[in-house]
Amino acid sequence: MHPALQGLVTIILGVGGCVAYFYLSNQILDKVLFPARGQNAGRNITRANMIRPWLFVLPALLALGLYLAYPVVETLRLSLTERVTMSDGSTTYNWVGVDNYAQMFNEPKFWEAMRNNIMWLFVVPAFSTAFGLLAAQLTDRIKWGNVAKSMIFMPMAISFVGAAVIFKLVYDMRPVTQDQIGVLNALYLTFGGTEPKAWLTIPVWNNFFLMAVLIWIQTGFAMVILSAALRGIPEGTIEAAIVDGANPFQVFFKIKVPQIQVTILVVWTTITIVVLKVFDIVFAMTNGQWETQVLANYMFDKLFRANDWGVGSASAMVIMLLVTPILIWNVRNARKEMK
Amino acid sequence: MDSIAGSKSSLTWAVNISVVLLVALWLFPTVGLLVSSFRTSDQIATSGWWKALFPSVQNLTLRADAPELQVREGDLYVIEGDLFEVGKDVEISVFGVSSRAIDAFKVGETGELVKGGDITVSVEGHYRMTNIEPFEGSRGQRIFVTAKTPPEFTLDNYHNVLFDPSNREGMAKAFFNTLTVTIPATIIPIVIAAFAAYALAWMEFPGRALLIAAIVGLLVVPLQLALIPLLKFHNEIGIGKGYLGAWMAHTGFGLPLAIYLLRNYMVGLPRDIIENAKVDGASDFQIFVKIILPLSFPALASFAIFQFLWTWNDLLVALVFLIDSTGETTVMTKQIVELLGTRGGNWEILATSAFVSIAVPLAVFFAMQKYLVRGLLAGSVK
Repeated sequence: MHPALQGLVTIILGVGGCVAYFYLSNQILDKVLFPARGQNAGRNITRANMIRPWLFVLPALLALGLYLAYPVVETLRLSLTERVTMSDGSTTYNWVGVDNYAQMFNEPKFWEAMRNNIMWLFVVPAFSTAFGLLAAQLTDRIKWGNVAKSMIFMPMAISFVGAAVIFKLVYDMRPVTQDQIGVLNALYLTFGGTEPKAWLTIPVWNNFFLMAVLIWIQTGFAMVILSAALRGIPEGTIEAAIVDGANPFQVFFKIKVPQIQVTILVVWTTITIVVLKVFDIVFAMTNGQWETQVLANYMFDKLFRANDWGVGSASAMVIMLLVTPILIWNVRNARKEMK
Repeated sequence: MDSIAGSKSSLTWAVNISVVLLVALWLFPTVGLLVSSFRTSDQIATSGWWKALFPSVQNLTLRADAPELQVREGDLYVIEGDLFEVGKDVEISVFGVSSRAIDAFKVGETGELVKGGDITVSVEGHYRMTNIEPFEGSRGQRIFVTAKTPPEFTLDNYHNVLFDPSNREGMAKAFFNTLTVTIPATIIPIVIAAFAAYALAWMEFPGRALLIAAIVGLLVVPLQLALIPLLKFHNEIGIGKGYLGAWMAHTGFGLPLAIYLLRNYMVGLPRDIIENAKVDGASDFQIFVKIILPLSFPALASFAIFQFLWTWNDLLVALVFLIDSTGETTVMTKQIVELLGTRGGNWEILATSAFVSIAVPLAVFFAMQKYLVRGLLAGSVK
């Protein structure tokens, strides 16, 4: 069957199936299991209403359980086992305890990925939030602010792969005898550089050139959230500060920023999560060569190049471990808000 | 505000200029790729794209007409013609007839051909070769010129990437594959999530708070954890790699955000409407379909845009769950990564392919930015 047709059938089956499920299950509940008539009418209505919420959430629960909750447990289990292909072609999983972790901790490539990830974790959220805050503050004060905002926000719509191509052109290098076609080298030579450089192959620094791509994408996100927060600040506090003679910088740093601290933290943690999962940019631009490996790409390498599910799962668990503090913080905040 | 802020006009200027710089910095890389996608490979390789908007000085290698076209004028054998299309605004400064001396003669001077004879070249590219002996050989004389040529743009790259059926690296198929992945993967989670969000927002049942907390937790679970277990699961139930697996994976991964966004929105709907409907005897199913769903349109649109952008731009899920060894189901992101590896220097192909894949999300972005912003504001966990 042609894939487009298959897609159409899937939409119809998926949407139709969902709607049919919800409609029919509600019908069965009300008409067959607990009909609201006869002598038990009252009790039946109560019972039906106890069950109904579960009919509504059931498909979502199944999907979430299977596609997100179960994998966490299963990955943990796989990280403690080794996949062995038997002589008859079947695969079994042998319990090996923490061997996978031990093996991983002995690999220099893993520590390189850890080091880089930690750099990413500090640099990308810091710069994205700072640029976002700057852009939010500046654009809120001018007439064409909304146009400027949508330009800075635009990279959000561009895929990591697309952004990788865009920035590869920026970092491109030609021999010194030719015209440079990459902006960075052209600028470098204009401002006193003697030899064009292959930026992505200079260890340690190349990480920052990769981070620039993500900062470029995430700044718009930070700007949108922070701009809304800035607008939510009560005017009175700002006016009072101005009356007391505060200059614009004092107003910004001493009055506005403290009042949106929580939002800044939210932006920071959201970008942190993105950073921990970053894969496409490194995969497309350097594939972890020249000491630019990161955890997510290391894991992909283990999984599909080395075909080592044990160590692959172990590295996935490391990513999970790094996310966990934010996960707990988010859940606690959400519960606080609901009360 | 500005009037009380005692804002001096110099400060306003500084703000305006800063924003201009910031916007320019953010747009510059993308514009570079866009401009490059309209240039020929020669142009891209010889000059930076920022020069494409102005006339550029280039060294070109051209060929005169073949000797068989020579004519006799008195004692002389003559080959005459134009190096550029007539009417094109070029300006030749120097020329040469050997690759070792490409700037041997100035325009207007009479140059000597290596095998005997003379040549003149005019500023706009008219050349005239004369010799007392007949010209020999099958191919025309090579002429090296240094010329100032006007900016030139072409649609050939797009034609080549999108419509050339013999181009196996083309994007046409990948474009449709991406579309095939994206649409069901956007619609199905919305339906599932909407029902769940309604229950979590407006129905009382034990465990509700726990479920909401669990969904907030699942929002940040990294995709990476799901790869191996689900690949294993898909292989065990026999769907292996393919569209079905990709649709299911995208649905599962999109659900937490969908439920979270929709629930937050539905909770904010006025209680009166729902209670009145209940008093009038409407069932939960009816309330959901007839009241909640239409009212929740902005939130549905927000999520739909997120999910669309995310599935369209995705690489990881496609690599793991969709693309098998035949490569029949390749998507655009994968295709571009492939090109980056094999055609790293062919910027005309890369830039055009990248832009084909970027164009659709950009259009969606500019058309529906309002909903995207709204969704972001509602979706960031406060």
